[in-house]
Amino acid sequence: MATATLTLAKAVNEGLRAAMERDPKVLVMGEDVGKLGGVFRVTDGLQKDFGEQRVLDTPLAESGIIGTAVGLAIRGFRPVCEIQFDGFVFPGFDQIVSQLAKLRFRSQGKVPMPVVVRIPFGGGIGAVEHHSESPESLFAHVAGLKVVACGNPVDAYWMIQQAIASDDPVIFFEPKRRYWEKAEVDLDATPMPLHASRVVRPGSTATLVGYGAVVKTCLDAAVAAEAEGRDLEVIDLRTISPLDLDPVFESVRRTGRLVVVAEAPSEASVSSEIAARVQEACFHSLEAPVLRVTGFDTPYPPSRIEEDYLPDLDRVLDAVDRSLAW
Amino acid sequence: MSDPQDWTPATADPGLRRPSREQVVAGLKATVEGGPDLVQLLTPEGERVADPRFDAWAADVDVDALQGLYRDMVLVRRFDREANALQRQGQLGIWVPLLGQEAAQIGAGRAMKPQDMAFPSYREHGVAWCRGIDPTELLGIFRGTDHGSWDPIARRFHLYTIVIGNQCLNATGYAMGQKFESKVGDGPDAEATICFFGDGATSQGDVHEGFVWAAVYDAPVVFYCQNNQWAISEPLERQTRVPLYRRAQGYGFPGIRVDGNDVLACLAVTRWALEECRTGNGPVLIEAFTYRMDAHTTSDDPTRYRLADELELWKLKDPIERVRVNLVREHGVGQEFFDGVAAEADELAARFRQFCIDMPTPGPERMFSEVYAEASPPLEAQEEAYLAYLAGFAAE
Repeated sequence: MATATLTLAKAVNEGLRAAMERDPKVLVMGEDVGKLGGVFRVTDGLQKDFGEQRVLDTPLAESGIIGTAVGLAIRGFRPVCEIQFDGFVFPGFDQIVSQLAKLRFRSQGKVPMPVVVRIPFGGGIGAVEHHSESPESLFAHVAGLKVVACGNPVDAYWMIQQAIASDDPVIFFEPKRRYWEKAEVDLDATPMPLHASRVVRPGSTATLVGYGAVVKTCLDAAVAAEAEGRDLEVIDLRTISPLDLDPVFESVRRTGRLVVVAEAPSEASVSSEIAARVQEACFHSLEAPVLRVTGFDTPYPPSRIEEDYLPDLDRVLDAVDRSLAW
Repeated sequence: MSDPQDWTPATADPGLRRPSREQVVAGLKATVEGGPDLVQLLTPEGERVADPRFDAWAADVDVDALQGLYRDMVLVRRFDREANALQRQGQLGIWVPLLGQEAAQIGAGRAMKPQDMAFPSYREHGVAWCRGIDPTELLGIFRGTDHGSWDPIARRFHLYTIVIGNQCLNATGYAMGQKFESKVGDGPDAEATICFFGDGATSQGDVHEGFVWAAVYDAPVVFYCQNNQWAISEPLERQTRVPLYRRAQGYGFPGIRVDGNDVLACLAVTRWALEECRTGNGPVLIEAFTYRMDAHTTSDDPTRYRLADELELWKLKDPIERVRVNLVREHGVGQEFFDGVAAEADELAARFRQFCIDMPTPGPERMFSEVYAEASPPLEAQEEAYLAYLAGFAAE
């Protein structure tokens, strides 16, 4: 059995490499992804091994990255675009919404759009403005796109390959503050489906659901709660669009209590969508309202106060307390 | 290529770095006739004039071929007029007329080889015609039964792009793909891409980015700008200070202005440009200098923003009339030919009209189909619930 200890960044790198070896139509394109290997080194070494025609250092233009990827996909390629930071995706938003998301529908299935847009997202690395955002709700709202977020090296390795293999456009969120966290990855394993949520810690007192970087926060909270005799179930959402809420419904029907955790602002968000659907599906099982622990409805703050913005262990436990006290 | 300052009137203060608004307008007005760089093979009066650079690219156009171009333009204009009428009669939600741009589109469309790819905006009915898209295939977009019905990959004619300028990047990416697949070179299977957009689109960032990307990747793409002088109500001087074809200089590739109402010149220049691209010398910018003789769309009212005199002036440069005159005077083509084309045009219009009226409206399940290639259970649940809701009425 082949296993490797990989950081999350290296796991994406190895996943990209495997996909490129498997299919010569897979291209990697973005700013600084070639010689430099990306600002987070996620594409490190790929240009050296696959050449400049498969790993493209592009001009600094995000609409250009997405717009040419759309054209390359029409030609039969499978481009994987890197957006350097979450806050830089917006110049490419028009191409994502107007072309990438809609071409399959517009053409009644004649033009598939197998394009992956990788976006390092979220805060916690002490960065300047536009480098710490969580824009996933904006993409989840767009019909035609699929949206996923990996939270650990194992998922990163498999999910990037599954996203590339998909004939749908996938917005692929990578939790940048977890890039350097390591895990053992079984390279021969059979991965679970891309659009499936997973219980990462079983429990019975209350349910926590999150995605991306906050999954670890939830797991830490569950460990802390254990000391108080509380047995929290933690679900890693993994897929944001389409949502796979069956594991959440099943859990809530057992625990009666749900806390949704997300870095993004709460208003009109993935967390509000989950709350709405859970009350629809589990109305009679709920012992308390669905509570949310999220970023605030503000622009992302200066980094010296970002710890106040990001959901942390204490805020998660506080929400659990409020849920249980209901 | 002349110096960018050439077009500034000689009376301009040499110390003035930024031309006044009046000077800008004067400079643009000076190009109403297309200016000295305009490539023209057929004058508005129908006279064939020599062009040492581009004659060779139209040398094979004999009287038969010229008759073919005439026929193309007449047929396209005829169904365009029919579509306008269908909109007025409530059969189409909207129509985007190409009246006046027949030469610009037929010249470019007929310059393409089967293996070339075209990315249209939404007014390219003439290019569609050249790519073998039946005019009836265009109707669904404007009747509201589909967003584009043909297979763009198989037909080598992308779906209409409505967001202004988006297609310039998509075309550039496609052309990069042609290059990556080693389809650029001297071989008979060499390919190029042509991207259509208007003068208004040149202000869009995506057109700029398309120019940058195409240049740095040597992409085999012809950027074909139909400058029809108006972006809905906004005249060219709201988009640019320099004639559009000169912008190419700044990106490092050739820019050519062609008489967009001269089908022979459009054919010759586009043939040259596509061949430049196929052989690895792309990209190329062509500005087809033409005029939108009708409204922007059937929802638009040009009397609010432009003078009727302007249209009368451009009618003297009609793209079809000059070919007719040339066929009669220089080739002795008789009335029988013109009557035959007119009759064929009427037959096409009648078929087009009947097809439009008979078009079925799709069922609501169309809304849910082909949103995704792979399963989306929440969407499937939505569809199921809505169809069950509708079925509830049927059962009553």
